[in-house]
Amino acid sequence: MQSLEPYLAEHPFLKGMDRRHIELLVGCASNVRFDEGQYIFREGDESNQFYFIRHGKLALEIFCPHKGGIVVHTRTAGDVLGWSWLLPPHLRHFDCRAVDLTRAIALDGTCLREKCEQDHELGYEIMRRFAHLMESELLELRLQLLDIYGKNH
Amino acid sequence: MEKTTNITAAVDSESCGTMVPRPFIIEKIRKNTADTFTIELKAVDGGDLKFLPGQFNMLYVYGVGEIPISISGDPARPNTQVHTTRVVGNVTRALRRLEAGDTVGVRGPFGTAWPIKEAEGNDIILIAGGIGLAPLRPAIYHILEKRRKYGKAILLYGTRTPADILYIKQLEQWRSRFDFEVDVTVDRDVEGWAGFVGVVTTLIPKAPFDPLNTIALTCGPEVMMRFTVMALQQRGVPTRNIYVSMERNMKCGAGLCGHCQMGPKFVCKDGPVFTYESLKDLFNKREI
Repeated sequence: MQSLEPYLAEHPFLKGMDRRHIELLVGCASNVRFDEGQYIFREGDESNQFYFIRHGKLALEIFCPHKGGIVVHTRTAGDVLGWSWLLPPHLRHFDCRAVDLTRAIALDGTCLREKCEQDHELGYEIMRRFAHLMESELLELRLQLLDIYGKNH
Repeated sequence: MEKTTNITAAVDSESCGTMVPRPFIIEKIRKNTADTFTIELKAVDGGDLKFLPGQFNMLYVYGVGEIPISISGDPARPNTQVHTTRVVGNVTRALRRLEAGDTVGVRGPFGTAWPIKEAEGNDIILIAGGIGLAPLRPAIYHILEKRRKYGKAILLYGTRTPADILYIKQLEQWRSRFDFEVDVTVDRDVEGWAGFVGVVTTLIPKAPFDPLNTIALTCGPEVMMRFTVMALQQRGVPTRNIYVSMERNMKCGAGLCGHCQMGPKFVCKDGPVFTYESLKDLFNKREI
């Protein structure tokens, strides 16, 4: 069976990460597939996985009564999705739906948290990379809130 | 008095032909979205009005006023002037009320153009936000007409909602080509939308272009262009290869009245298309 190591080692999110740490990640990784329309998780679910999307498109949604799921943003091939596994209480904040057939590598959050506790250098690397991801997603969200295509801009 | 003479001399020598509106008949006028529309004009005298992609005309609604609107038609068809605009003020409201057969005055074309000739041999990425797709469309027509002269050609387009997408049928046609990558994203989802949701800058990191050999053209709200430039720079696109189209309160179109002044530059004459390199010191100055 082909190892997931080459894919993870080449992923921009993990660029420059020590090979030893990549190998630790591979131990928590598995291939997953989601069909179009399938809900991968729902708001309030326990959060124990995050995803390296290889193909397809996932939508993060907030459910509103009378309106249904409102898509906050979409994530596609090359993106990393999910950070609530990292911080307590490890609960999902959004619903996540596959817009198209999607293939991804899932990382087991419980497994990875344990490894981070045992190896703080790995823990620092993971936190640093997720802090960067959170910063760019926060920036994206702030721009969305500006409504920059409105008449006042 | 001397000052007046100088101005008159400047008008005479440089722009006399562009100071008098030329009558054009409205051939077609159609709604694009809830607040945008496209108008197609032909000269009453039947002549052409040659223009370069990125330039604009001053459109005069008789008895109401004159406004600058970028040209959004095909530069290979200079006998038809196409303009897409949003209803934002008195003149655009009056323009929207006109019908086919009515006459408007046209002065132009004015301003600088997108560097489509200089971009030959390179990848080219066009990043538009909202109504900013309109000034880029002539460049797209040209690129697709001369497609073999460019490397990869990519259009990234962001709007507020799916209902605000301009030229939707044309976007579908362009996307169906195998040699032009088109990605559209919206800030707000509505039911049934299966495309991207998120700001247009999020499409830049994954767009398939070679940063060091890419010319980037961007047009949209200034906030969007600021963050677009940052995302392009993060991808490694040299600042000198990034072009922006600015918008200011243009009145004369010839750099005489000063209404569109941006620091030492006149947007109507030195722009509206600038290299980001030439503008970077002014871009983030809040007073300007």
